Amino acid sequence: MDPFLTSRIVSDILSGLTNGVIYGLVALSLVLIWRSTGILNFAQGAMPMFATYLGMGLLSYHLSYWPCVAIAMLAGFAIGGLTERVLVRGLYGKPEINPIVVMVGFLIVLEGVAAAIWSTLPRGLPSPFSSIDWQLGGKPFALSDFTVFEIVTALVVMTAVALLFRFTKLGLQLRASALAPEVSKLLGVRVGRMLTLGWVLSTGVGTITTILVASNFFTGLTPQVMDGIFAFGFIAAAVGGLESPVGAIVAGVGIGIILQFVGDYVNSNAIILTALVILIVSLMIRPNGIFTKSTARRV
Amino acid sequence: MIKVQGLSVSFGAVQALRDVTFEAPTGQITAVLGSNGAGKTTLLRTISGLKAPVGGTIMLNDHSLVRLRPEDIARLGVGHVPEGRGVIGEFTVEENLRLGAMMAKVNLREGLEEQYECFPVLGERRRQHAAKLSGGERQMLAMARALIAKPSALLLDEPSLGLAPLVTAQLMQTIHELCASNNLTVILVEQNASSALRISDQAVVLHLGSVVANDAAGVVANDVNLRQYYLGMVG
Repeated sequence: MDPFLTSRIVSDILSGLTNGVIYGLVALSLVLIWRSTGILNFAQGAMPMFATYLGMGLLSYHLSYWPCVAIAMLAGFAIGGLTERVLVRGLYGKPEINPIVVMVGFLIVLEGVAAAIWSTLPRGLPSPFSSIDWQLGGKPFALSDFTVFEIVTALVVMTAVALLFRFTKLGLQLRASALAPEVSKLLGVRVGRMLTLGWVLSTGVGTITTILVASNFFTGLTPQVMDGIFAFGFIAAAVGGLESPVGAIVAGVGIGIILQFVGDYVNSNAIILTALVILIVSLMIRPNGIFTKSTARRV
Repeated sequence: MIKVQGLSVSFGAVQALRDVTFEAPTGQITAVLGSNGAGKTTLLRTISGLKAPVGGTIMLNDHSLVRLRPEDIARLGVGHVPEGRGVIGEFTVEENLRLGAMMAKVNLREGLEEQYECFPVLGERRRQHAAKLSGGERQMLAMARALIAKPSALLLDEPSLGLAPLVTAQLMQTIHELCASNNLTVILVEQNASSALRISDQAVVLHLGSVVANDAAGVVANDVNLRQYYLGMVG
């Protein structure tokens, strides 16, 4: 067996890739809302967390893993749709700070309510696949059945979202509703429905991500489970470009790998600092993001 | 046919339209003329549902348009090309057209070919972002996007705005031909009164939200008082 495959470098790349696809999925869910409603959702980690508690909590009632995942997804869709209808609908066209303040407040409320209902102690979720690293020539290889599942899931979701936006009528209507709501209405697009759908899809992607994170043996589910990951996902979305689903995933993976190397070769305390430096440098060089061609609308 | 009767619209205490009544017959161009602030754009926005009236009726053939949402009015066959064209700059020419065709029961490929035939420059630039088109090309795209849905009525708000005189003349000719070939009900809002009157059948002149003239375009064009006091035309 080639010793390179089990070397520290390959191990870091694979671990970084596994973290990176998660950051990429969070970034993708932010991009989905931005592209369909032009709002940055700071509760994008908390809303799926709540849906995951609602769905995966049914494991306690002897429901098996996959039905719980399906229920969590449905809860995610419902929370996304309701949030748009009840909380966000009145914020369109208002100063940009308004939705930011409201969604930060909603994040705090959701985490507080989740803590009150389910406590802040980590709740272990069963993993659908083994988290034990594969062995190559008797040495550990930094991939497991579960991490491969994570990577494949991210690729499938990313491809589906990119195809949706690029090639479908629905994707075109979602984008048009965000970019030019009045013109879209004049062309017969049901803009209100599109805005709701953007939030539904985004919270669905977020719920998939949260289930993957919480199903990891080392993490478990807590009310704050997505807080740190949201920060890296947010940076990935800004670096990749808020208009680009592909950019979100590529930037997420890139940041995941860079931070893994920084943590391994420099110091784990330097990870957050490095992420912020990446964000600042990226915004200075490409303010609209690496993969976004159009001009920025608002930040 | 679009029939507007006793239409009144307010912005708070300011009354933008007062008891406006006119008919825009099928297969004809009805010019709506007047100076800035006359209420021309408000009239079109009210017909297409973007602004709710405080009184009056708007009929598209047998359908009342009052209290319908803009998207429902569009689905009934009213195409509205707004002031400033309203093309989506981030979309390619073809994406703009696909969006226009989406709600209509038309074959997309045939619809696209038809519009590229009518506006050849759009065919040449189908993959370009609309933001990179010239003013005249954007106007063509906005019209093609409205026409691809095969509307029965077309509302055009200041199509000549910002265009060179030669381009304006070509555009007006195109509007005239499209109206005749598609049997469209066209309401054409223009500040450029002479260009609009040249191709229109009817003309409605608005002043401070009220109709001050409603007659055949030729009659309005030859009325010295209207030309001088309301249309800013000299000679």
